[in-house]
Amino acid sequence: MNLDFTPEENAFREEVRAFIRDNYPAELRKAQDEGRQLTKEEYLLWHKVLAKKGWVAPGWPKELGGTGWTPTQKYIWSEETAKADCLPILPFGMSMLAPVIYTFGTDEQKKKFLPDIYNGDIWWCQGYSEPGAGSDLASLKTKAERITADDGKEYYIVNGQKTWTTLGQYADWGFFLVRTDPDAKPQSGISFLLIDMKTPGIEVRRITTLEGGHEVNDVFLDNVKVPVENRIFHENQGWTCAKALLAHERTGIAGVARSKRNLEKLRKIASTERSDAGGSLIGDAFFRRKVAELEIDLTALEFTELRTLAGESSGKGPGPESSILKIKGTEIQQRLQELALEAVGHYGAPFLRDLRGSNLGVGPEYADGLAGEYFNGRKTSIYGGSNEIQRNIIAKMVLGL
Amino acid sequence: MDFSFTEEQSMLRDTVASYLADNYDFDKRRAALAKAPNWRPDVWKAFAEELGILGAPFSEELGGLGGGPIENMVVMEELGKALVVEPYLPTVVIGGGFLKHSGYAGAADLIGGIIGGQNIFAFAYAEPQGRYNLADLTTTAKKDGAGYVLNGHKAVVIGAPYATHFIVTARTAGGQRDAQGVSVFLVERGAAGVSTRDYPTVDGFLASEVYFENVSLGADALIGPADNGLPLVEKVVDEAIAATCAEACGVLRRLQEGTVEYTKQRKQFGVPISSFQVLQHRMVDMFINLEQSISMTYMATIKLSDDAERSKAASAAKVQIGKACKFVGEQAIQLHGGMGMTDEMAIGHYFKRATMIASAFGSVDHHLSRYEFLSLGQAA
Ligand SMILES: Cc1cc2nc3c(=O)[nH]c(=O)nc-3n(C[C@H](O)[C@H](O)[C@H](O)COP(=O)(O)OP(=O)(O)OC[C@H]3O[C@@H](n4cnc5c(N)ncnc54)[C@H](O)[C@@H]3O)c2cc1C
Ligand SMILES: Cc1cc2nc3c(=O)[nH]c(=O)nc-3n(C[C@H](O)[C@H](O)[C@H](O)COP(=O)(O)OP(=O)(O)OC[C@H]3O[C@@H](n4cnc5c(N)ncnc54)[C@H](O)[C@@H]3O)c2cc1C
Repeated sequence: MNLDFTPEENAFREEVRAFIRDNYPAELRKAQDEGRQLTKEEYLLWHKVLAKKGWVAPGWPKELGGTGWTPTQKYIWSEETAKADCLPILPFGMSMLAPVIYTFGTDEQKKKFLPDIYNGDIWWCQGYSEPGAGSDLASLKTKAERITADDGKEYYIVNGQKTWTTLGQYADWGFFLVRTDPDAKPQSGISFLLIDMKTPGIEVRRITTLEGGHEVNDVFLDNVKVPVENRIFHENQGWTCAKALLAHERTGIAGVARSKRNLEKLRKIASTERSDAGGSLIGDAFFRRKVAELEIDLTALEFTELRTLAGESSGKGPGPESSILKIKGTEIQQRLQELALEAVGHYGAPFLRDLRGSNLGVGPEYADGLAGEYFNGRKTSIYGGSNEIQRNIIAKMVLGL
Repeated sequence: MDFSFTEEQSMLRDTVASYLADNYDFDKRRAALAKAPNWRPDVWKAFAEELGILGAPFSEELGGLGGGPIENMVVMEELGKALVVEPYLPTVVIGGGFLKHSGYAGAADLIGGIIGGQNIFAFAYAEPQGRYNLADLTTTAKKDGAGYVLNGHKAVVIGAPYATHFIVTARTAGGQRDAQGVSVFLVERGAAGVSTRDYPTVDGFLASEVYFENVSLGADALIGPADNGLPLVEKVVDEAIAATCAEACGVLRRLQEGTVEYTKQRKQFGVPISSFQVLQHRMVDMFINLEQSISMTYMATIKLSDDAERSKAASAAKVQIGKACKFVGEQAIQLHGGMGMTDEMAIGHYFKRATMIASAFGSVDHHLSRYEFLSLGQAA
């Protein structure tokens, strides 16, 4: 047991730092600082820089473009990118779909889809959830019937509705779970399809979230024609792919590095804000105790994650214990948002998003949008397998209850 | 011991509830808040003329209904249930409170204007640096002949964009946070040197930064005693806290009931999600929080007339309400799953209001400290 970094690891950290400093896109930095909704192009700027450098897919196998980094290097990478407030790489193609393709796909599918994912040339969305199938994902009803068309080729005709599709408004392609055998047990009749979002019959409709943003969508599929070769893995065995994907969705969900960065921001805000007695808020006995408790909680999570990483590098995959990371990680993120909002007192109330440019100067700049972040942050304990479902998983898989 | 309402109080509740059911459903509210003037003068007019509720806590000789804090509580709870943004709290409770308790010479006329719906008040007390400390004031009113000259900046003044009158706290003597040297002034919206920067709030209200630049005030602008206005401010703010707690009870009830209803009809894994024991216990805790909040609201409202106990009671209630708003609000969203995250469903809007109430007139920490001091004395 030791916690020291080797000289090589420290040199790697310096290299990463320098690279970010010299190559992070200035226009993206500006857009982030302004806190506005990013355009599709802006979302992909940093992705493209990293693709050129060869650093965009640390999680992939080396022969497919992965970095071959050790778990410690990956840890340093996530720490440094979070510290520098780099935009996270969108997970849909890179860390959700790609592992499914390189684990279950044919060589042709790998050749066709992985390079575009790597280079950020195709935007993917995740079409799993349906109005009637959330936590109980296996009850999904979107149906795909196999036909032979006039051109002599085989297609699936897809009908149904997906919902909560994150950033589906920008998506070029989506990966979908569809029911191909209505008579089988729920988990046994599902297939995993890749669908071009420009196919006729697809309609994407905005869902506005409670803080006013456009992040999720309904996706309606009306007789959407999908070539059979766009199916990953065997017909009716899509659930196997989906479960593998969910495991990948869980890794990294702890968000330790990002929470550390947000804790720094919170400390800064609380050093600037005044307490009722007139000193700095961070000097206020009540407030400083809450920050200290949160720091301790975050440290515990960090070391739990490090233990999980160490387990992974010694060949054990991420087990159901990683549900701990999801539960504690999201609770800490939410607590950080809550304390930041609390710290700014009265200036949590103004809703200035629609007034930008005309009504600046209301309260300190760092207060702007904190309430929205807190409201929006409630999603993290709901999606990716809700925290209740994660507790069910630990109860069942770990404790054997 | 009696916790029942009089017949008049029950009628008042029914009147407000049935008017709001007919005229203030969630969709109507949303449509009105989305377009100018972003509040509903027609509703305010109806409150004054059709319902007569703007006179609820005023004596009959002033033209009111002869009620008091209990009547405010009854009205505020109903306003909370419908997420009403119109300014009953700043106008009737706070504006009315200052006028009633100060022995202000022009009070009768001004209260007549409140009851009639013409006078709308906003309470300009908070300052950018002051957090929840009512005495932390950099706004100054300097003696000038018989009157005063007012200068300063007030933060997030709820209802200011359409107020006709401001109640302003200002320093007339002493240092920035001294208890002595605080005075209260009545400033008309049109007075020279008053300007506002208006914006909506995250929970659908309108508010402003309010700036006073060399505003000339006559001697008759002073409400209550010169330099020794803080006890009056605290009394009225305690009343505002009790009324806000009552509003919260309405909000919490909708969050709790809405969640029970939703989980009974939402099915996953082939059963209503309300059948999962972990969710049942969560909803039981939401319910307990609601009931405890109602109890504390009654307690604080009853003790408003007891000057020895009033502040302690108000702070105790606000601590309970602040915690309940957070727990019940967050769990309501959690138990709605993705649906709770949408702007389209009312539940998120109740959550946002609950979040803002949690820190209104002081956060849980603020009121815990105040309670500690009042109950246990100075910390060692
Ligand atoms: C912002 C956001 C983005 C999303 N992005 C995507 C996306 O890109 N693609 C996609 O496919 N989906 C996405 N989702 C959907 C997300 O995965 C679902 O919301 C989630 O699976 C929960 O499903 P539900 O919303 O239907 O809630 P429900 O399943 O109806 O759950 C409601 C409540 O019941 C609880 N519950 C349910 N079952 C149990 C049980 N057995 N025991 C105890 N409690 C239970 C839940 O924990 C929750 O509190 C997103 C959701 C949100 C909010
Ligand atoms: C977008 C999205 C993201 C998600 N992310 C994650 C995640 O990161 N991690 C995660 O673990 N979960 C996640 N989920 C939830 C996930 O879909 C499952 O609900 C969860 O993994 C439970 O799977 P399981 O293998 O434990 O149970 P499964 O065996 O898949 O069964 C699911 C449920 O159905 C019941 N069941 C099993 N067989 C049958 C049958 N024959 N008939 C009827 N009922 C049956 C089981 O008792 C169980 O309650 C996510 C869901 C969505 C929509």
